[in-house]
Amino acid sequence: MQQTLPEEFYQWMEELQAVDFVLVELTLYLDTHPQDQTAIQQFNQFAQQRKHIKKAIESKYGPLQQYGNSYSGMPWNWSDGPWPWQL
Amino acid sequence: MWVYEKKLQYPVKVTSCNPTLAKYLIEQYGGSDGELAAALRYLNQRYTIPDKVIGLLTDIGTEEFAHLEMIATMIYKLTKDATPEQLKEAGIADHYVNHDSALFYHNAAGVPFTASYIAAKGDPIADLYEDIAAEEKARATYQWIINMSDDPDLNDSLRFLREREIIHSQRFREAVEILKEERDRKIFF
Amino acid sequence: MNSKNTNQKSYVPYHSPYDPCPPIGKKFYSTPPNLYMGFQPYNLPQYSPKEALMKGTLWPAFYDYYENPYEKRR
Ligand SMILES: [Fe+2]
Repeated sequence: MQQTLPEEFYQWMEELQAVDFVLVELTLYLDTHPQDQTAIQQFNQFAQQRKHIKKAIESKYGPLQQYGNSYSGMPWNWSDGPWPWQL
Repeated sequence: MWVYEKKLQYPVKVTSCNPTLAKYLIEQYGGSDGELAAALRYLNQRYTIPDKVIGLLTDIGTEEFAHLEMIATMIYKLTKDATPEQLKEAGIADHYVNHDSALFYHNAAGVPFTASYIAAKGDPIADLYEDIAAEEKARATYQWIINMSDDPDLNDSLRFLREREIIHSQRFREAVEILKEERDRKIFF
Repeated sequence: MNSKNTNQKSYVPYHSPYDPCPPIGKKFYSTPPNLYMGFQPYNLPQYSPKEALMKGTLWPAFYDYYENPYEKRR
């Protein structure tokens, strides 16, 4: 049986979604504006920020990514739900 | 390769138990201007387009898969607890008799997904114009679905997806400009 | 972007005396900001990350809220 996640998880997730969304927007923008230094700086700042948020979420709620982009808990907790569409 | 992340791009919420809306949403799952078609179209075009715009096609194509997952989430949430009787009332009995509540790549009228939705001419300008048109068509589809839907939370997610099509169209338009111009891009500003 | 650009346009389709349904009045279509932007300039004002996520874009210049334009006539 899957555990229901606390409200705190949803807040963390939205935090990550917001930062990642800025990164998506800047990615597409930089694909057509590769010379915009200000945007590149902002991109790198947000890339760092997302690392912190990812780490915070994973330390409590398990891996967000696979193939070694996230550490596993003991036992292997990648397949622990709920999955994004089940939230 | 691709790396999955256990996270939706946008927090999808659905207020009402209304399986009828799933019938409309499936248009953006397996329809001609849907998210699957979009993702496959852009990623496939990458192999025969100037290097300058391969990054853009890769990144937009990848984002489309995130949108596909959002649409799947909406359909999943709208149908998961519905009884066969409710699905019948919602007008999706014809889907049910083949698939139960499993998702399937077909459009709102039940026409299965086909590769012919995806143009690939091998001409960079023709292909990018195709992509711009695809984005505008997807934007319009979201409008028609919003016009049909009375679920405020669902419409919120659909507005997000519609806005993304506007941005994608913008970037493809810029990609055309990049391929048209021989001078350094800096000069645009 | 030209601030005079509206993001929605309308037209009135011809209604024949032999058309069976009462006239819909106006038909609407969207003309979102990307149609007017051209190549996006550097340093456009941005939303905060949270707001950007909610709006679906980082830049207010691209934001185009959509709702059913026919709703009010029901
Ligand atoms: Fe798109």
